[in-house]
Amino acid sequence: MENLLPLFVAIPLAGGFLMPVLGRLFGPGRASAVLPILMVAGVLVLAVRLVLLPDAQTPPYWMGAWDFPLGISLVADGLSKFVILLVALISLLVLIFSIDYMTHYTNPGLFYGLFMLLLAGMNGVVLAGDLFNLFVFLEVAGIASYALVAFGTEADELEAAFKYLVLGSIASAFVLVAVAIVYNVTGHLNLAKVAEALRAGGGLTVPVYLAAAFLLMGFALKAALVPFHAWLPDAHPSAPAPISAMLSGLLIKACGVYVLCRLVFSVFAGPEAFGIILVVLGTLSMVLGALLAVGQADLKRLLAYSSISQVGYVVLAIGTGVVALAWAPAHPVLLPVAGLALFGGLFHMANHAVFKSLLFLCSGSVEQATGTRRLAELGGLGRRMPVTAWSLRAGALAISGVPPFGGFWSKLIIIIVLVQMAVGGHWAFYLPAGLAVAVAVVTLVYYLKVQRDVLGGEPSEATARAREVPFAMCLASVVLAVLCLASALLVLPSVRERLVDPAVAVLKAAVPLPPASDAEPSTVALDAAGRIP
Amino acid sequence: MTLHMLPYLLAFLLLVVGLYALVAKRNVIKIIVGLLVMDYAVNLLLVLVGYRSSGQGAPMAPILTPDLTPADIAAHAVDPLPQALILTSIVIGLSVTALVVAIAIRLYDRYGTFDTGRMRNLRG
Repeated sequence: MENLLPLFVAIPLAGGFLMPVLGRLFGPGRASAVLPILMVAGVLVLAVRLVLLPDAQTPPYWMGAWDFPLGISLVADGLSKFVILLVALISLLVLIFSIDYMTHYTNPGLFYGLFMLLLAGMNGVVLAGDLFNLFVFLEVAGIASYALVAFGTEADELEAAFKYLVLGSIASAFVLVAVAIVYNVTGHLNLAKVAEALRAGGGLTVPVYLAAAFLLMGFALKAALVPFHAWLPDAHPSAPAPISAMLSGLLIKACGVYVLCRLVFSVFAGPEAFGIILVVLGTLSMVLGALLAVGQADLKRLLAYSSISQVGYVVLAIGTGVVALAWAPAHPVLLPVAGLALFGGLFHMANHAVFKSLLFLCSGSVEQATGTRRLAELGGLGRRMPVTAWSLRAGALAISGVPPFGGFWSKLIIIIVLVQMAVGGHWAFYLPAGLAVAVAVVTLVYYLKVQRDVLGGEPSEATARAREVPFAMCLASVVLAVLCLASALLVLPSVRERLVDPAVAVLKAAVPLPPASDAEPSTVALDAAGRIP
Repeated sequence: MTLHMLPYLLAFLLLVVGLYALVAKRNVIKIIVGLLVMDYAVNLLLVLVGYRSSGQGAPMAPILTPDLTPADIAAHAVDPLPQALILTSIVIGLSVTALVVAIAIRLYDRYGTFDTGRMRNLRG
């Protein structure tokens, strides 16, 4: 069978080169959206197929048929399949939104070219089988996103892009330093081989810790965890709305959280120290992001701070999973808790991708209809733009964790996990547990404020003549709003086993458990073997 | 700490110099120069990782000439992999630099200055 994996990079990459050229032929109309949409739809079909195929039928792809020590590999396991599917799905909807949104920019061809390049970079990061190509794809996605943030070329956008570029380059330089150190210590760049060499080399020595610190700093910058978050509230709101949705919904996850997971688990085998660092960074981001979001006067800035806060939840859950796995040999009860924590983290990551892209798209609709995104100047849109209003409500309720939306279940699972850790005798976890509940309330408060300011009240000067946005923008918002509800289905065992459990199994299997404690580890082995058909 | 650690430490020092420029300088052009210094410090570190003395004076280039066997190369030449990585990294660095310079020119158009202290539309 043909190997699907290279297509995930090749198709968007081809789009990235074709679109700037074809864009000139198509001009500023809607026509230039056709090719990217077809391409991303193709990628989505492939992604669905990849998820449905068992792991045995998706072997690693060696570029140019060079075998192990020489070649460059693309690898798909449960975790990367899950992220690939998420990226393809959200990208397609964002592109559909862009059909109408981009008509008021002068050169949509360039926009679509950069968009496809961004997608190629993200898919590459998720599939890359070695550290250096991970860095290369990270830079591809990075360069595309810097350019997209500056796309409007207004003063704010340029300033934000400059700041983003400088901090992004620092992150990349740190990653490359870590690549150098890892290569020096292990003699390998392939992720699996590095992990093997580290295990054989007696675990974590000083240079490895140095490399890990550089990697952690680099990817925490990419994931915009507090205190590395300074660029995000400038960069994400400054981009055109579809790109804000891509950056907040996908980029910080594919290039930040996913890679953190991949490195902490698959490469460094989940040492306790990393788990604690992730818990602390996650808690800080969760709390500070939410507190800073409350005071924002600009709709998109508020959404950007809220992204920091929600990614904090994800990282907190993943970190808790690491800690629980590291402590599992001594406390076997923590093993199921670890699985649940990882599930909660990945589930919330998927949820956040859906509702944050929805909210950013809605903010784009609002901005296009009214010409402003300052909360004080908005109001009364509930009646003037009913479709956008209902989608915005759905997104806001989902992100604040109101049942029965998916966001409720993922937050609930994360909080349950933290409480279980605390009740299990690890008192320190009462703090993040309490904070997670408090932040959920704060989130609800500022999203109620958003709904009141944007949708409620009497139409203001800016909104009096607002009309509902064109069909394609409505369509994308409505589909995402439905997905906000539908993502709740992920808690059902039958759906979960297909989509999320393989990803959790990959993470859990990466952490070696001593065979001494008999009962629990054997069930894990069964899980890992049984759920990867 | 032996003397052969010195080049690595100097590469790190260069990295810190670049970082310092990024953090402390307020002129856009100086920040870009800082970015370049940091980039080259990392490249330098990578090439040092691949260094190996050939045992006979100057290090040997990893080029397979007719009078050499692959085993000779493996035994004596410097590691070619980091050099390949650096080529890629330099290309990436070039494109980032091109982009950042383009942004800097546009910034100058908007603000009429390269002083980041006077570009304060956005709050941190």
